[in-house]
Amino acid sequence: MAKKPTKKQEPDTTGHEWDGIQEYNNPLPRWWLWTFYATIVWALWYVIAYPAWPLINEATAGYKGWSTRANVAEEIAEAEAANAEINAQLASVELTGIADNPELQGYATSAGSAVFKTWCAQCHGSGAAGAKGYPNLQDDAWLWGGTIEDIHYTVAHGIRNEEDPDSRYSEMPAFGDILESAQIEEVVNYVMSLSGEPQDASLVAAGETVFMDNCAACHGEQAQGDIYQGAPNLSDAIWLYGGDYETVKYTVVNSRYGVMPPMGGADLSEAEIRAVALYVHQLGGGE
Amino acid sequence: MAILDKHAILEKNVTLLAIFAFLVVTIGGIVQIAPLFWLENTIEDVEGMRPYSPLELTGRDIYVREGCYVCHSQMVRPMRDEVERYGHYSLAAESKYDHPFQWGSKRTGPDLARVGGRYSDEWHVDHLRDPQSVVPESVMPKYGFLEDRLIEPEHIEDLLGTHRLVGVPYTDEMIDNAKADFKVQVDPFGDTDGLLSRYPKAQVRNFDGQPGISEADALIAYLQMLGTLVDFSTFTPVASR
Repeated sequence: MAKKPTKKQEPDTTGHEWDGIQEYNNPLPRWWLWTFYATIVWALWYVIAYPAWPLINEATAGYKGWSTRANVAEEIAEAEAANAEINAQLASVELTGIADNPELQGYATSAGSAVFKTWCAQCHGSGAAGAKGYPNLQDDAWLWGGTIEDIHYTVAHGIRNEEDPDSRYSEMPAFGDILESAQIEEVVNYVMSLSGEPQDASLVAAGETVFMDNCAACHGEQAQGDIYQGAPNLSDAIWLYGGDYETVKYTVVNSRYGVMPPMGGADLSEAEIRAVALYVHQLGGGE
Repeated sequence: MAILDKHAILEKNVTLLAIFAFLVVTIGGIVQIAPLFWLENTIEDVEGMRPYSPLELTGRDIYVREGCYVCHSQMVRPMRDEVERYGHYSLAAESKYDHPFQWGSKRTGPDLARVGGRYSDEWHVDHLRDPQSVVPESVMPKYGFLEDRLIEPEHIEDLLGTHRLVGVPYTDEMIDNAKADFKVQVDPFGDTDGLLSRYPKAQVRNFDGQPGISEADALIAYLQMLGTLVDFSTFTPVASR
C-alpha cells in the first residue's frame, strides 16, 4: 500500500493533473511578472504611436506621424543645414583663394576626401594612384591640366561623354587606317626613344619624320603634350596604358578613347565639386 | 477558466485537434498572404518605369545565372549614409518588373540599385575582366569569359512571354519585335526608333566595344540602366509610404 502524503507534506501545486502527474506552482518572480505586464502596456502605446496595422492601401500612420522617408529626409536636411554656411562660402570664394583660408581648406580637404572615395575611387583608386587606363592623380603629369581651375572643370564636366555638352573633348585618330605598317613601326620606336624605353635605334630617325608629320600637331614637336587637347606628354616615362612596344603600337593603330562621367548636374553640388577638386589638387601633383 | 477546461476535449480527439489546428494555421496564412492580393495598391505609381528591353532582360538573366545577387544587393535603404553613397533610396516600383526581385540580403560588394551611368562601359569591361585591375582590394572573381560568349536572341520571345505570364506588361508588339530590339540595342547605327518608343531611355551602344553581341554586352546594358528610369528631380515622395 502506497502511503498517502500527509497534508503537511503536500507541495503547492497548480491543481493541473495529467495521468496522475501534478504540476508544481512555481510563479514568476514579481518583478518579472510586472515587467511582462509593462511590455503589454508599452505594445499598446506603440501600436497607437507608430505605423502598425496594415490596411488596404497603407498602414495606419500612428499619432507621432513617424515615417522612414520623413526620417531620412530630416536627417539629410539636418546635415545639410549644419554645413550650409561653410558650403556656401566654399562655393562662392575664388578657387585659388581657398588654400589661403585654413578653415575652408581643412573642411574642403576632408569633405573632398569623402566625395573622392564615393565617386572617384572606383577608377582612380582609393589612394588616387590610378590604374591602367585611369590616370594617376598623385603625380605631376596631367592630361588636361593640373591647376585647381583645370581640375575643377574636369570634375564638373567630365571627359568625352555625351551627357555634358561642355565636357572636355578630343579624339586621336586611329593611325592604323592612315599610316603604312612600316611607318607605324618607325613612329612607335621614335616615341619609345623619347623616354628611353628600349627601341630599335635604326628606325628612330625615320620615325621622327612620321611623328612630325602626324603627331606633333597635338603632342607637340618635343612630344611634351598639350593640356588644351588632352594630348599626353610622350617624352616622360609615364604611361597611361603601358610603355612597352605592343601597347604603344596598339595605341597608335587603334587610338584610345578614355572617358570620364561629368559630376556636375545631378550628382554633386558645386561645393562638393570644389571640395573634391581641392582634395585632388593637394594630393601632390597640383600646379 | 471554463474555456480552458474545454481544451481537454480537443486534446483527447485527434480529428477535432487536426481540424482546429488547420483553422489556426489558416488564420496565420491569411494574415501573410492576403496583403499580396492588394499589392498593386501598396506600390506607389512612379513615372518612367518600364519593362526591361530584351537585351537588358537577357543581361539580367546572366546576372542571376552568375549569382551576382549573392554579393550585390539592389536596394538602397532609406538611411542617410546609404542615400549619400548610392543615391536616392529605392522605391518598390523600381523592382516591380523584377521576377524575382534582386534586393539581396548581403553586401560583399556594393549595392547596384543605382549603378547605371555611374561608370563608363570601358570601366565595366575592365572590371569584369579583372576586377582587381581597377579596385585592388576587391575580392570579386573574374568574368572576362562573358565577352567571348556570343549570344543569339533565339528564345527571346518565350522569355518575354514568360515574364508577361507573371505580370510584366509586355505587349504583343514588344514580343513581336523582341529579336530586332535585342539586336539593335548594340548597334549605334541601326534604326532604334522602334526600340526607343517601346523602351524609353534604353541606351544604345556597343557596350563591350567588340563586334558581335556577347553576354558582356547584355550584362553591361542591364547594369547601365539600373536605377536610371525614374527621374528623381520630378519625384515627390509620399512620406507615409
